[in-house]
Amino acid sequence: MGKLYPTADQTVGPYYAIGMEYEGSEELVPHGSVGSITLSGYVYDGKGNPVPDAVLEIWQTDAEGNVPQESGGIKRKAGGFSGFGRSGSDDEGYYQFTTVLPAPTEDGKAPFFAVIVFARGLLARLHTRIYVPGAATDADPFLQRLSPERRATLVATEVPGGLRHDIHLQGEKETVFLAFN
Amino acid sequence: MQNDIPKGASYPPGTPTQADIDAEIADIRANRPTSSDPNWGAHRTLVDYPPYRSSILRHPSANLELVDPETIELHSPAFGHRDVHWTEYDLTQMVNGEPQGERIVVTGRVVDADGRPARNQLIEIWQANAGGRYRQKKERHPAPLDPNFNGVGRTLTDDEGNYTFVTIKPGPYPWPNHQNAWRPAHIHFSVFGNQFTERMVTQMYFPGDPLMPLDPIFQSITSEKGQKSLIADYDHDVSVPDWALGYRWDIVLNGSNRTWFESIDGPEEEH
Repeated sequence: MGKLYPTADQTVGPYYAIGMEYEGSEELVPHGSVGSITLSGYVYDGKGNPVPDAVLEIWQTDAEGNVPQESGGIKRKAGGFSGFGRSGSDDEGYYQFTTVLPAPTEDGKAPFFAVIVFARGLLARLHTRIYVPGAATDADPFLQRLSPERRATLVATEVPGGLRHDIHLQGEKETVFLAFN
Repeated sequence: MQNDIPKGASYPPGTPTQADIDAEIADIRANRPTSSDPNWGAHRTLVDYPPYRSSILRHPSANLELVDPETIELHSPAFGHRDVHWTEYDLTQMVNGEPQGERIVVTGRVVDADGRPARNQLIEIWQANAGGRYRQKKERHPAPLDPNFNGVGRTLTDDEGNYTFVTIKPGPYPWPNHQNAWRPAHIHFSVFGNQFTERMVTQMYFPGDPLMPLDPIFQSITSEKGQKSLIADYDHDVSVPDWALGYRWDIVLNGSNRTWFESIDGPEEEH
């Protein structure tokens, strides 16, 4: 009891780039730096068409599993790691980040990118996760709760140079989106 | 007397009228989800909202999957004065001269559902100019651009969660959702809280705007409380003599979907 009434979400609309784009937003670490990977994929609508005006945000640990708490999410510090990235999708629905692999925050936990999707036509934010494939992810109790088809929508695929992960806002391959307890 | 007012666009056959959209809005409002619906509360804003035509193929059909937030989700990215220059709060001083329009101050406080301030967190805003035109190439509304207005601002909240922007009141603008469709005047807000679960993007509206009842984006929130949560208050104490009118808009961030709707948002909310 005593909770305040929450402010409602609204769509980012077609002109989000005016306010949300900034240079280097997709590069959590410099492209080509040691340990860097590319996390990339496509955003699709319910008919399988690319969504050219979506924005993905990722928030992650560093490669050792530490939660970054230093500023620099907009203006990266040399050698710094803010853990936050933002990528608008292009006309093919493609997004990409240059980053490092996140690590578990606690022993036995599966490593993942926390992800939020915004888009024109999407009236409220959608939370999801992109898990790094591996033994810890295979054993994750939350993922095991899901059907194999649904689970697959949360686990990235290893590709040369990094990870590939597509987001389906709707349809047969619809991504699992999250609400938090 | 004769006049030269244009007759307006010619629409492809089947383009819905405002009356069509109004009927859809009324129908959904009459049959809106209740708190016994498992997916209600997950979205304060209905994501499956056909009157907003662009939403039809862009909303998930499955219920949201309820999960315990993990450590990373219980933290928020950190932003600092490195990221946001202190002058970025003032959208009227970003270029060389003063923009056209009605200068306004928008101020408020960002808190979580327990009233704890979102401290030193990033707020980004963007908006149309006084004539209802956004500074973007894709924008086709034939209203003039204002060389002195970019329509973009940023700030950090203070230790109590307070923020302030100086800007001009944006104009309403037409959009292609249906015949003669106009968005009410609004400012887009992107807000970070104390947890990533609270991260939110929304729009702030102005009191008394006659376009709000007609707008399927605003009406995608079907409760009066939810709608009110997006409308700023005119606050005469915020107005600055001989300089600007003031609006107050407080933001309550919501990370958990359960805690609030069971306790405060029962089906009787509008009685």
